[in-house]
Amino acid sequence: MNTVVSKFRVTNGRRRMSTAADIFAGRTRTRAKPAKNILPVPTYGGRHIVTMLPGIGSGPKMMEYVKEVFKAAYVPIDFEIIDINIEKEDQINFALSSMIRNGVGIKGHIPVLADTSSNVTFRSHLDLFVYLVHCKSYPNIRSRVQDLDVVVFRQNTEGEYAMLEHESKAGMVESLKIITKDNTERFARWAFEFAMAEGRKKVTVVHKANIMKLSDGLFLKTVLDVAKEYPEIEVNDLIVDNCCMQLVSRPHSFDVILTPNLYGNVITSIICGLIGGPGLMSGQNYGDSSAVFEVASRHISFDDEKYVNPVAMINAGIDMLTYLKKDAHASIIRNAVYNTLVHDKIHTPDIGGANTGSEMMEAIKSNIRQELKSADISTF
Amino acid sequence: MSVIARNVNRLALQAMCSSVRSIHCTTANPNPTSGLEERPDARTTCTLIPGDGVGPELMHSVQEVFKASGIPVDFEAYFFSEVNPTLSAPLDVVANSINKNRVCLKGILASPDYSHTGELQTLNMKLRNALDLYANVVHVKSLPGIKCRHDNIDCVIIREQTEGEYSALEHEGVKGVVECLKIVTAKKSLRIAKFAFDYATKNQRKKVTAVHKANIMKLGDGLFLKSCEDMAKLYPKIEFEKMIVDNCTMQMVSKPQQFDVMVTPNLYGNIVDNLACGLVGGAGVVAGASYSANAVVFEPGARHTYSEAVGKNIANPTAMLLAASKMLRHINLPVYGDMLRNAVEKVLRDGKVRTKDIGGQSSTQEFTYAVIHNLEMPKAAQAAVAR
Repeated sequence: MNTVVSKFRVTNGRRRMSTAADIFAGRTRTRAKPAKNILPVPTYGGRHIVTMLPGIGSGPKMMEYVKEVFKAAYVPIDFEIIDINIEKEDQINFALSSMIRNGVGIKGHIPVLADTSSNVTFRSHLDLFVYLVHCKSYPNIRSRVQDLDVVVFRQNTEGEYAMLEHESKAGMVESLKIITKDNTERFARWAFEFAMAEGRKKVTVVHKANIMKLSDGLFLKTVLDVAKEYPEIEVNDLIVDNCCMQLVSRPHSFDVILTPNLYGNVITSIICGLIGGPGLMSGQNYGDSSAVFEVASRHISFDDEKYVNPVAMINAGIDMLTYLKKDAHASIIRNAVYNTLVHDKIHTPDIGGANTGSEMMEAIKSNIRQELKSADISTF
Repeated sequence: MSVIARNVNRLALQAMCSSVRSIHCTTANPNPTSGLEERPDARTTCTLIPGDGVGPELMHSVQEVFKASGIPVDFEAYFFSEVNPTLSAPLDVVANSINKNRVCLKGILASPDYSHTGELQTLNMKLRNALDLYANVVHVKSLPGIKCRHDNIDCVIIREQTEGEYSALEHEGVKGVVECLKIVTAKKSLRIAKFAFDYATKNQRKKVTAVHKANIMKLGDGLFLKSCEDMAKLYPKIEFEKMIVDNCTMQMVSKPQQFDVMVTPNLYGNIVDNLACGLVGGAGVVAGASYSANAVVFEPGARHTYSEAVGKNIANPTAMLLAASKMLRHINLPVYGDMLRNAVEKVLRDGKVRTKDIGGQSSTQEFTYAVIHNLEMPKAAQAAVAR
């Protein structure tokens, strides 16, 4: 077995894979796509072009907020805005081609069209195999758990989301869950590179290999194999039901969590709920040549559009700025959001306050102006 | 000693340029700390290369206008020239300055027809390669008040300018036989094609025309054309057409309104640029810009130094002023940019002050003062300043 593994590493070694560190450094190396298919980055004279899909529901409102914040902080990004709604189904392909050529996108809630979920379409077409949510709680916000800092990695393109379901005999449906070694390996490697770069100490692999011995077994084994290349990081594994229980009872024992597709979805929602609800957290999708940023949980509840919490989507914008290496702009906006939530205590109803979204925006923008006074950033 | 003797004229020129070389600061603004609402108190530093020929005169005109309207831009000026090598700032100093400031306003550099040192690359090419300024964009638009053969021209010519015929690879392998290599690479062709389509998307343009000569140069231009075709597939909402360069030039002079965005390799772009500039009033009225991933160099669209007119105060500053207006838009000062553009257009439309090239008798200075006289702060901007 060892020789097989080492042989595989020789041909499929980490040098040829693109990792988190590569992507953050603007390099991509990959086996999946030949180099000629990697398009030039649309950065012209220091300005980036980014696809923006406002979608439906609270999406357009939140995108307005993001644009306002970016304008206030002089972020050099031009948005290519594409409206998708039920009436314009053909737009989905256009949106996809825009994502492919721009490489970076930010999206709201995309409606489910026809027979397939467009979110899943996006992930599989753009090969966004990593989904990551950085759950970091804000002090001074009403929540069940304080002071939590957990990163959840979720394999985003296969598993239960392979969209392979059929009814071969009336009354009996088969749903296929796909786990492949290649995808799991590059996913794990990406996650471990990220953990190394961020100085994380411990990785927890979540699975159900006691029941699904082959599929989750392969996932677990592959991740543990990759983990051996990173001896600095402590690795343990947990069965998903146990993990959920631990998360609500002892959430601080977690640092980085690695999961297959469906479990990741559940775990992300649990943590979001623990630290203040879906109005705060953003999610990041990464592939070899593209990245899509969105809110971590789609279950943002609001009675009136004016009470939508803008923070989740602004955090997605901050993630995007970090990815585009606009660290100065990102930290200005991050500090402004932090000060608004923690020091000024401007909270929308979903996190226990009574302010409207636009009041929060005014506070964030005035905090940005404060930050800009001491910052040394280019204004174009 | 002999160096000084040879450069007496140049020293005189240097003295003339001395105002350009020093970093200029705007004192004319009565309220210097307040800009517009969008930019509370930030000032932008911009590299300035006056260039050869009438370049220094035109830059002086730009600086006069900036001073008069209190535009919060500081210039970092470098004299940079190939025909005056002893006065020229070193290439790496200029390149570092542009990389640092990320924006530059540049006159035209003269390229001598022969080389003293056997060097094949011109200074212009060296600067472009040092900064990787790969995309030259010239927006050719009919201006009000300038009589031409055609009206309503509005096309954008995008030219690859780091490879192709300008690779400076020429040699005489056998006496009497010179080979000149034209380099076309897939990487750079895709890059310029993507630039053109992204430009079209961003500016709500409808059509991209690839100009080529792939019927003769089947491999070289063929690769360029193929790259454009491949890229077009990713942009379903933008019409794509291809045109052979000889036909393109004919169409350009007979029916220029049909063109929207054009993407060309290096040499054809140069020719089409100049042709199109000629259609709307000549080299004195069209602005252009060169883009790299990080920096933009704004310059006149057609590259003529107009060295016959040096010191005569007759050159037309329109191109340089419009380039400055584009620069202001780029650095997040669109209100000032529009103000400058409107003032120039108003002077041209009124037609009372015209330089020689567009059928008048006025001097550069008179034109500049006319522009300054017509500068009109938009109401919103006035309110912001008052606050």
